[in-house]
Amino acid sequence: MRHLLSTGDLSRDEATLILDTAAELAQVGDRSVKKLPTLRGRTVVNLFYEDSTRTRTSFELAAKRLSADVINFSAKGSSVSKGESLKDTALTLQAMGADAVVIRHSASGAAHRLAHWVDGSVLNAGDGTHEHPTQALLDAYTMRDRLGRLDGLRVAVVGDILHSRVARSNVLLLTTLGAHVTLVAPPTLLPVSVHTWPCEVSYDLDEVLPKSDVVMMLRVQAERMRDSFFPSVREYSRNYGLDGERLGRMPSDAIVMHPGPMVRGMEISAEVADSPRCTVTEQVANGVSLRMAVLYLLLGGS
Amino acid sequence: MRARKPTRGETGTGVPAPSPEVPETPDVPEGTRAVLDGNEINRALTRIAHEVLERTKGGEHVTLLGIPSRGVPLAERLARRIERVEDLSVPHGSLDITMYRDDLHLAPARALGRTAIPAGGLDDRVVVLVDDVLFSGRTVRAALDALGDLGRPRAVQLAVLVDRGHRELPIRADYVGKNLPTSLRESVTVLLSETDGQDAVLLGPSKPRSGAVATTADTKEGDA
Amino acid sequence: MPENTGPYLIRGARPLGGDPVDLLFVDGRIAAIGPDLEAPEGALVMDATGLVALPGLVDLHTHLREPGREDAETVASGSRSAAMGGYTSVHAMANTDPVADTAGVVEQVWRLGREAGYCDVRPVGAVTVGLAGQQLSEIGAMADSAAQVRVFSDDGICVSDALLMRRALEYVKAFDGVIAQHAQEPRLTEGAQMNEGCVSDRLGLPGWPAVAEEAIIARDCLLAQHVGSRLHVCHVSTKGSVDIIRWAKARGCDVTAEVTPHHLLLTDELVEGYDPIYKVNPPLRTAEDVQALREGLADGTIDIVATDHAPHPAEAKETEWSNAAMGMVGLETALAVVQRTMVDTGLLTWAEVADRMSTAPARIGRVSGHGRELAAGEPANVVLYDPAAPVGVDGAAMASKSDNTPFRGMTLPGRVRATFLRGAPTVLEGKIN
Repeated sequence: MRHLLSTGDLSRDEATLILDTAAELAQVGDRSVKKLPTLRGRTVVNLFYEDSTRTRTSFELAAKRLSADVINFSAKGSSVSKGESLKDTALTLQAMGADAVVIRHSASGAAHRLAHWVDGSVLNAGDGTHEHPTQALLDAYTMRDRLGRLDGLRVAVVGDILHSRVARSNVLLLTTLGAHVTLVAPPTLLPVSVHTWPCEVSYDLDEVLPKSDVVMMLRVQAERMRDSFFPSVREYSRNYGLDGERLGRMPSDAIVMHPGPMVRGMEISAEVADSPRCTVTEQVANGVSLRMAVLYLLLGGS
Repeated sequence: MRARKPTRGETGTGVPAPSPEVPETPDVPEGTRAVLDGNEINRALTRIAHEVLERTKGGEHVTLLGIPSRGVPLAERLARRIERVEDLSVPHGSLDITMYRDDLHLAPARALGRTAIPAGGLDDRVVVLVDDVLFSGRTVRAALDALGDLGRPRAVQLAVLVDRGHRELPIRADYVGKNLPTSLRESVTVLLSETDGQDAVLLGPSKPRSGAVATTADTKEGDA
Repeated sequence: MPENTGPYLIRGARPLGGDPVDLLFVDGRIAAIGPDLEAPEGALVMDATGLVALPGLVDLHTHLREPGREDAETVASGSRSAAMGGYTSVHAMANTDPVADTAGVVEQVWRLGREAGYCDVRPVGAVTVGLAGQQLSEIGAMADSAAQVRVFSDDGICVSDALLMRRALEYVKAFDGVIAQHAQEPRLTEGAQMNEGCVSDRLGLPGWPAVAEEAIIARDCLLAQHVGSRLHVCHVSTKGSVDIIRWAKARGCDVTAEVTPHHLLLTDELVEGYDPIYKVNPPLRTAEDVQALREGLADGTIDIVATDHAPHPAEAKETEWSNAAMGMVGLETALAVVQRTMVDTGLLTWAEVADRMSTAPARIGRVSGHGRELAAGEPANVVLYDPAAPVGVDGAAMASKSDNTPFRGMTLPGRVRATFLRGAPTVLEGKIN
């Protein structure tokens, strides 16, 4: 595979290889020299059209730990803000010899388009409301690391599924890896064709919680309220927020995940966010190893 | 992103599936011949264990690091022998060198082997690298680079089961099970019961690998 | 401007796909039609063995982009493209810059069409000033102008205000005009990028529900019947829309409807690769919709095929999906797509194709001199089409200034060999004359 555009493109073997490789590379963070020479002389461009310091930093750290040269090309302060098209930007990066482009863009499919215009590898770091493959991979990695398996794992994904690239990537990847996904949201925040997705759907969080090994809370933006997706923050939080009481109804070894940034008091209470069963900071740490694995597997070979 | 997994097929020998028990005489595929059998491998390892103890003055500071895949069981066997001779517990582990290889761009990305550094680390230890075959020397070069990122050993030594010659770098082994003069048209394959179901060192014709550039550096089985 | 209007004798063509006969064009009219005609002195003789003769096609929905976007298309280039597709008359949509909402602009477009001379360009007038949906434009002045506008449309934008739509429907009755509605409920399609369904959900593109089209069509049919006006529905794209129009016709509503060639062939699965060449308004729908549209066109629920030819410069398509322009060129592939989807499938005869692509659109647009029978005395507006000449579609080879064809790389079953506008060949041997 030359690009990582969608988790739907990964076979079970390929996805497992990425997780296994990440597990080996996780050790690098504990060493005195946190660097491998593997991608010396390779150039990785972080092309970020949306502000996302955490994702960009994670990719940057991953590339640097593999000794790649990293160029951060953000929409602000570059020719992008002067109206240069994505195609022209792609051709510019191509001319500069980028071996890989990590792209974050507000338009669904931007990574697919970019892959048409550059010879190097394209890594989708989030395209609109489509996918965010490395987030799903690091989520799967974190689940496997914490719970020891993915096959048969019961994962509830809760929140704004309709607008979530994290949810789309996770449904595809977790299904491929043998987990059972249940999407939980008010009907307004679910896609109309969700019944055709390879997962269960519920409008009732309390019914799903006791049957879940993992509960993944998604960020819900308050502006959705203005578009009438739900009546009020309070009502959303009451029905779909995860608080200490609901945490108590989950199986004792079940974990709580969140792709960040969290909106405390909306989808997750501070008590849950700070609980040892919440894996948010682990997810961030695992993100670096996981992205190292992806960069290595895409760029490390011939 | 399809990575190669090191499998037996990759040794280029086409050995049929081994029986679970270790046979007395090696199961030799057509066109190859056994240059060491199980007993000879055992004797070579025992001798190397004695030499390590001698050279390191009792082996007190020794850490054995096997290079995946077949260096790892060899390091374990050496550790057991040293323990038996000297009643001394020898820290041993594994050191994967994939990320340090100089030929990564010649083949699809490879799956990684395990790196397991024994508790206590490598600082001030006498690290003995263990591998099955010493060939071009490029694997050892990569291992030395990897070691440098993991700590600062007092000294680094190299033990190999077979030295088949044809060095491409100024590297030599401190402990050699068997010196085996070979031609570049031959391949050397080490089979170990832990990974392959039997112990043997086989010599056969080299097979060009699909997708691989014709370079000796690409053949892991003869690359220590 | 095509020249050479001397007598033409067409030998062996099949009118409406029937038995081969000869056609003689003299002084812009069909002088004779029958077997073994004698060539008058000085006549040019053309062998048309195997070619289907149809009345020159009439497009009720064409974007010629001039004035304003001459980089995408001009009246001249668009009418050459039309001639290449077998059209002898096209309706130029009003969403130009400036908008065709005054007699001045429609007369300019009409005059440019006359000067180009490749087909009769009939301007469409805007329903509301600046397509803003606030205030009726001077519809009467456009109707009375030299352009004789009869079709009014805010195409690209829906006349969503029910009261304004009622007034427009009523107002055009005074001169037998028709409102061509772009049926798209605006609130239900805010930010919409493609058909709402499995594919949009998978691709994370905001969906464009079928109901947004169907609700407006239902409302407009009821309004049109209430005030006794003619209503034309642009580019019908859903199964539900076909059902509603069928129901409205059954209860006596004076409604006509069009379908585009691309909606007869393509589905939203094509969006999978995010190539904006497939981005269009209304969006490509599902295979079920395509089947319903074909059936609707076959049984007469949908009256006509209209191209919605929408040229765009390359940069409007070579971009990320949500940033790309909507629309596809279609004039030069329309007849071949209709052959593939309707004739080769047994849904329409060539005579019915002539009705759906010439007679009926001319009637709806009140276009005189087009869509007539192939009979002696009629204007010699004729297309000669080879239904057995498969051709690979290549946008760059088209007469249109733009090459945004969704059929690129596909092989279509036939091609236009010649087009005659009042006896003068605008296209000969498949090339602009």
